[in-house]
Amino acid sequence: MFDLLGTKLASRLLLGTAQYPSPAILADAVKASGTSVVTVSLRREMAGGKAGEKFWSLIRSLGVRVLPNTAGCHSVKEAVTTAKMAREVFGTSWIKLEVIGNHDTLQPDVFGLVEAARILCEDGFSVFPYTTNDLVVAERLLSAGCKVLMPWCAPIGSALGPVNIMALRSMRGHFPNVQLIVDAGLGRPSHAATVMELGFDAVLLNTAVAKAADPVGMARAFGKAVDAGREAFCSGLVEPRDVAVPSTPTIGRAVFS
Amino acid sequence: MRRVLVKGAGVAGLTGAHELAARGASVTIAEIRSHIGGNPSWLAGGMLAPWCERESAEEAVVTLGKVSADWWERTLPGLVTRAGTLVVGHARDASELARFAARTRNHESVDEEAIAALEPNLAGRFRQGLFFAGETHLDPRRALEALVDKLRAMGVVFLFEAGEIAPSGFDQVVDCTGMARADDDLRGVRGEMLLLRTRDVSLARPVRLLHPRHPIYIVPRADHHFMVGATMIESDHDGPITARSLMELLNAAYALHPAFGEAEIVETGAGVRPAYPDNLPRVKRRKDGAITINGLYRHGFLLSPAMATQAADLLFNASADN
Repeated sequence: MFDLLGTKLASRLLLGTAQYPSPAILADAVKASGTSVVTVSLRREMAGGKAGEKFWSLIRSLGVRVLPNTAGCHSVKEAVTTAKMAREVFGTSWIKLEVIGNHDTLQPDVFGLVEAARILCEDGFSVFPYTTNDLVVAERLLSAGCKVLMPWCAPIGSALGPVNIMALRSMRGHFPNVQLIVDAGLGRPSHAATVMELGFDAVLLNTAVAKAADPVGMARAFGKAVDAGREAFCSGLVEPRDVAVPSTPTIGRAVFS
Repeated sequence: MRRVLVKGAGVAGLTGAHELAARGASVTIAEIRSHIGGNPSWLAGGMLAPWCERESAEEAVVTLGKVSADWWERTLPGLVTRAGTLVVGHARDASELARFAARTRNHESVDEEAIAALEPNLAGRFRQGLFFAGETHLDPRRALEALVDKLRAMGVVFLFEAGEIAPSGFDQVVDCTGMARADDDLRGVRGEMLLLRTRDVSLARPVRLLHPRHPIYIVPRADHHFMVGATMIESDHDGPITARSLMELLNAAYALHPAFGEAEIVETGAGVRPAYPDNLPRVKRRKDGAITINGLYRHGFLLSPAMATQAADLLFNASADN
């Protein structure tokens, strides 16, 4: 079981709920993926009062844990307000914190992120900050009170996969005891398997499943890839070598060249 | 003669009424508003584009939707414009175009030259696109008004500002009241649109501009008007368009052609589309015997003819059984 902040989860895949062709397909994809946690954005669903209630009750009816997010927030104030709203709507103190710094690249504003994280941690939230792979920013987020970090592996929705393996390795190495969830940029199941093999605790994705031709099939594929990557990591991967090493004994052969 | 009460004068109610009246029913339409309009149908784009819609919709949208253009043409001759749909994307969004092409069919790839031939005003602005030659469009407001006139001529009675009407005077009730209908399976999907007017651009057909976050379409209408739509928000709030949505729609229109920056904003609108969990419409028979046509989502003009036919089949076949 995966222990995320004291909650036991069956799966290390976290799934976003935006952009699916229909709520029915979203529900099937969640089931097929085996995920235990879905993220949901409050920002655009609001548009006033209890207006998004129907969609939220649909999310709640999926029977999985909800991690609300502050997607689309561009300032500390906006993010903090949205987080508080989310706590009321979903009755959870978990919040995936996004403070976007650039409208085009959707890159996190790490300064605003640290500030908002501090405010929300002090207010009793469990903050899951969407951040870059910068180690110093990561340190600041931990001192702000975060227990989990969510580094990107590529820009949101880009489907590029882990474009900087070195940075991800070094992050894993620097924070051996912090739960690290790769968020944003995964495009293929093999990308998810790759970061899980590096020892990341979980992955979060949305577009790669929601925008696939068959979101349900793709959700299932990602579920398997995450399991495979985790099991591979726990089983101790063989390191690459420069020479061929036969798997059958060579003793008894005439010559070693 | 079967006496049928149709509730709701949106596109579902009017097409349903037409199908029933054409098969010999005596139809009365009850509308809570004082006039045609003010409902989601009035704010629609009017694209009859089943193959484009397949990008994010089930195959049923194609099978049910491809008969739509012929139904409208047959019912209201001269209303449908058969000019296809052009889908374009900026060079940096080439992968969006590739994705759209992979998810749809009945299109051909068009290069800069072919785009210029189709839409001279877009010459030099896009290097690649997709052309769906078999798609069509209509002006929803003209369609609704013309349908009302035709129904009146067929003897259909309209009751505007109608309160609750006793079903006892009718053999059958057909409920087409969208979100007003208490149906637990229905949810609202908010849509926002605007109408622009400019003489500086002309388009012959609906143009869809792909974008990873803000895909939009622009549908040309008479008298230099352009309908720009539409947002998709999981919400049943029908208040005015938000500043953010307005900015997104205007930005996208400006990206399609800078002359839209000088256009007059004639109107903005926001409405709530009724949708079932799979985003497909349904004809259902309720426990009290009434038939409902609902859940047309963003496909009111595309799928209402098929729903009208289904509802009429249900009504007349059921009465034959009786």
